[in-house]
Amino acid sequence: MLKLVRAIISRDLRLAMRRRTDIVSALFFFIIVVSLFPLGVGPEPELLRKLAPGVLWVAALLATMLSLPRLFADDQRDGTLEQLALAPQPLGLIVLGKVLAHWLVSGLPLALLAPVLGLQFDLSNDALWVLACSLLIGTPALSGIGAIGAALTLGVRGGGVLLSLLVLPLYIPVLIFGAGAVDATVTGLGAQAHLSLLAALTLGGVFFAPWPTAAALRIALE
Amino acid sequence: MLEVSGLECVRGERRLFAGVGFRLSGGEMLYLQGRNGCGKTSLLRILCGLSPVTDGEIRWRGELIGKLGEDYRQELCYLGHHNAIKEELTPLENLLASARLADEALVEGAALDALEMLGLAGREDLACRYLSQGQKRRVALARLVNERRALWVLDEPYVALDPAAIELVAGLIGAHLQRGGLTVLTTHQAVNITAGTVRELRLG
Amino acid sequence: MDKRLINWFKFASPQAFYPLAGRMMPWFWAAAAVFGIAGLYVGFLVAPTDAQQGEGYRIIFLHVPASWMSMFIYLVMAFWAGLGLAFNFRLSGMMATALAPTGALFAFLSLWTGALWGKPMWGAWWVWDARLTSELILLFLYVGFIALQSAIDDPRRADRAGAILALVGVVNVPIIYFSVKWWNTLHQGSSVSLTKSPSMAMIMLWGMLLCALACWMYAIAVALMRVRTIILERERHTEWVRIELSSKE
Repeated sequence: MLKLVRAIISRDLRLAMRRRTDIVSALFFFIIVVSLFPLGVGPEPELLRKLAPGVLWVAALLATMLSLPRLFADDQRDGTLEQLALAPQPLGLIVLGKVLAHWLVSGLPLALLAPVLGLQFDLSNDALWVLACSLLIGTPALSGIGAIGAALTLGVRGGGVLLSLLVLPLYIPVLIFGAGAVDATVTGLGAQAHLSLLAALTLGGVFFAPWPTAAALRIALE
Repeated sequence: MLEVSGLECVRGERRLFAGVGFRLSGGEMLYLQGRNGCGKTSLLRILCGLSPVTDGEIRWRGELIGKLGEDYRQELCYLGHHNAIKEELTPLENLLASARLADEALVEGAALDALEMLGLAGREDLACRYLSQGQKRRVALARLVNERRALWVLDEPYVALDPAAIELVAGLIGAHLQRGGLTVLTTHQAVNITAGTVRELRLG
Repeated sequence: MDKRLINWFKFASPQAFYPLAGRMMPWFWAAAAVFGIAGLYVGFLVAPTDAQQGEGYRIIFLHVPASWMSMFIYLVMAFWAGLGLAFNFRLSGMMATALAPTGALFAFLSLWTGALWGKPMWGAWWVWDARLTSELILLFLYVGFIALQSAIDDPRRADRAGAILALVGVVNVPIIYFSVKWWNTLHQGSSVSLTKSPSMAMIMLWGMLLCALACWMYAIAVALMRVRTIILERERHTEWVRIELSSKE
């Protein structure tokens, strides 16, 4: 079973490496959105420090949304998805592999890049560190929950916009605890509780979400 | 081994076929015929368990395929309209990846031999997007060389192939039947398979 | 026991349910009217003016039932959707589809009346109170459900995809609610809590209950009406619908 998950991850990573522009575009989208905010609200360090956690996290949600529509669409177009659905293992495991691969190419780079962007917002070292941690812990949940939406909107008219409509409300708890962790550090409350809850969400998102996703994929293939 | 009875297919508001039934045992092939849009692909997808059975039943070794689930898929090899190959990967990578995802042991040497057999020698390391339609189909069909699962369901395997390649694929199917395998096949080309027993079924 | 089971399955078929729904509908409409009038009578004429909030508080006779209904309908919708997914009853999916707009309407009403109440109470149309925020997110969930179902052409697939979304939503609603509450307690400064209501007069509670019953009856009646339309639309190629429709002309 682990072999299968590994096989999926290595295939998807190899595919992602062959079209790196997608990853880079999503990252630049993240950078641009984050940089727009100081231009919109003005450069006062006090205000920016206050806004930073929310802005960075919302931008991360949006950047994740960009890559979600393609999570299953490519596989469906070239017939690979049918083969995956006919593999003699549970489809949920295959989805788990794809979710992890998606996180490696979308969530992980965001988490690594975020502290650099946090510097623009005059965040302290502690806050930067917690920001990276919270993204590292929280973004797998985004990939997991997002996969449900991607499967439900597979091959549906106006799928991309619809996907945002379905998935963004479900992202709210992740946003609250993720941004809350950074905010708590900024105000000196300590981020421990937030990060634990975020980890719980991620565990739930990554290990439960693949099953409804698999069911939705089977429906989409009918 | 494969028994189908009273099968019905409804697409949207149209009933494509109803009361379709056949039996297929080891070494036999079903040659599915019919004009475009009569439901051949739908029938194959229902046989694979991709589409649900609305009416009728499909049994494999006496059990309903819905009940068998993974045990059925373990013995099933489906080749659809689409080639199920990735444009970004090379033929060799595609072949190895699809074998790993289907949980089959395929070593690189065997994969290279299969590609060579289908006339893709020298193209193993070229991304598939540079191949012609016929060559992509050959990459997809290279799976069949080392495929030992009992039931092959092939949807238009000959599309885009030249006569020599058709001959080759017919030979692969013949060898599969001789090993006691089963095949369900649709094609608009003439079927020239000499091994095994060929049954015909016409839809519509 | 056995007999009852058969009866249930009989009405699970759209054809059998259509006339039944038609017969039940007038009763629910009538009940909605009766409870509505009684509730409004109590709410406007019997219930005393609130000492602190004046006459403005009377909007809770619509606001609170609407909030209850919006949450409850989501649960009922998810229940039907799950039933349809598990047992493949066509009618269940239709029920879920029929309930969604009513649920969304109640969520919207709850927000709207909440804003109307909030303006005189707190001097703002909108405060980021945990309950209001959750209600807003609930409205988003309804909108997502409706949008997904209307974007899928094949009604069978629409039902099943919607069902998965509704079930995922039901699992998430408590998580969302508690996270919003948590968020709210951390940002206490910017909001006023709705929860610290002084002990409510018995008569107010009665008025609210009557109004809630009226909303219930209305929701059932309108869902039955909608499900009848959906049945006709989806079964329009069958013989019985043709007979049904031609007999009306």
